[in-house]
Amino acid sequence: MTQVKMTVNGKSVSGEVEGRTLLSTFIRDTLGLTGTHVGCDTAQCGACTLHVNGKSVKSCNMFALEADGADVATIEGMADADGTLNTIQQAFQDHHGLQCGFCTPGMVMTAAALLKENPSPSEAEIRAYLSGNLCRCTGYHNIVKAIMAASGQDVGQIAAE
Amino acid sequence: MYAFDLERPTTLADAQAALKSDEAQPLSGGQTLIPTLKQRLAMPEKLVSLTAIAELQGITKEGDTLTIGGATCHADVAADGSYPALSALAGQIGDPHVRNRGTIGGSLANNDPSACYPSAALASGAAIVTDRREIASDDFFTGMFETALDEGEIVTSVRFPIPERAAYVKFDQPASRFALVGVFVAKTADGVRVAVTGASEGGVFRWAEAEAALSSDFSPAAIEGLTVPSDDMIGDIHGTKDYRAHLVGVITKRAVAAAG
Ligand SMILES: Cc1cc2nc3c(=O)[nH]c(=O)nc-3n(C[C@H](O)[C@H](O)[C@H](O)COP(=O)(O)OP(=O)(O)OC[C@H]3O[C@@H](n4cnc5c(N)ncnc54)[C@H](O)[C@@H]3O)c2cc1C
Ligand code: FES
Ligand code: FES
Repeated sequence: MTQVKMTVNGKSVSGEVEGRTLLSTFIRDTLGLTGTHVGCDTAQCGACTLHVNGKSVKSCNMFALEADGADVATIEGMADADGTLNTIQQAFQDHHGLQCGFCTPGMVMTAAALLKENPSPSEAEIRAYLSGNLCRCTGYHNIVKAIMAASGQDVGQIAAE
Repeated sequence: MYAFDLERPTTLADAQAALKSDEAQPLSGGQTLIPTLKQRLAMPEKLVSLTAIAELQGITKEGDTLTIGGATCHADVAADGSYPALSALAGQIGDPHVRNRGTIGGSLANNDPSACYPSAALASGAAIVTDRREIASDDFFTGMFETALDEGEIVTSVRFPIPERAAYVKFDQPASRFALVGVFVAKTADGVRVAVTGASEGGVFRWAEAEAALSSDFSPAAIEGLTVPSDDMIGDIHGTKDYRAHLVGVITKRAVAAAG
């Protein structure tokens, strides 16, 4: 076992891990931050997406030790301390960007990464950026709409299927 | 996953020392290796991470040569833009999350028959620089998932001569987003090189007939009527051997058109 230290949602944390301990396992099992979901555990679905040093990664496909010393952001750090949703989360609620909600933490973290890189993405750019995030419920339309709305753009042109 | 030790050296010298033991293996972005470990298809005793080594990171351009550190991630190459066709290729690998972790050295060392980077290295006539020697791309790719690398040898950088014109066109396998067929075309003063990925059982290959035709007439029409034999094409649920052989011609034409 090796000691690993990182900052998660602004708080300094540490714990013991094995070489093979995944970042998703450390976040969920050691830190108890179960908002990061594990859907496929094979780097396909993106439910486990979080940010490491400002970059989105699939935490089921990275070892916890690789995040030693890093600044990590998870879905738990998105809303304000009093529970007020941030702009992206609120847009997901307003535009019905979720049904079962399983993919949602990964979708919100991905949307946050996209809007940081590209504050006014087109529909095509949003869809391309979501290529590593699967949703089995919504058919993606309302997720795309929510991200469009969160970026302050008109959602009228997105088909309402 | 079987248990293993994970070391994270900060210098190349320490990584080399850590890789001396028999059952040690480099870990770069982990985007291929971690899924492989989860399937218990590999059983290293020790993984030596290359991600904390500053000298393996970064992109530098000197004249018409672009040098990319072995542990540079796909997203950084995509954002660079000094070799536009290469940046465009990097920006189409997998998805944004994969591009933030996966690296050029890992991709070349792995030599997946459907991976994108091997076609860029081969078509550009890149040099793969290791901690021991320099390997020409023509000698580097030796078969599906096989390269000229020795045990524990580390790809430290890749040196690309930037061609006059180049383009990569990828026909995606939509579920995996790897190339069902991908073609990289590069035109230099010395002629044209065409490298095909995704298609052959032998991994990435140069298409000599197309190169000869394009060297005298760099236009999509020059490919008309040229075919690759379908015998050693990959045949699977995503496409038959004949389908892939056909796609090689179609995608090569598109790549030439895109290179302008
Ligand atoms: C969902 C998904 C989609 C993907 N889509 C694509 C795609 O469209 N196109 C594509 O080309 N790839 C794709 N990939 C693969 C991705 O590009 C990988 O990142 C890449 O193939 C391996 O690079 P890595 O840095 O992750 O290497 P790792 O997984 O860390 O290592 C791979 C192998 O290379 C060895 N190795 C790593 N670095 C070095 C080095 N510097 N020197 C010597 N040996 C080394 C390791 O020991 C291991 O055997 C995808 C992956 C995923 C998970
Ligand atoms: S759980 Fe990590 S990508 Fe699906
Ligand atoms: S809302 Fe159910 S998987 Fe996306």
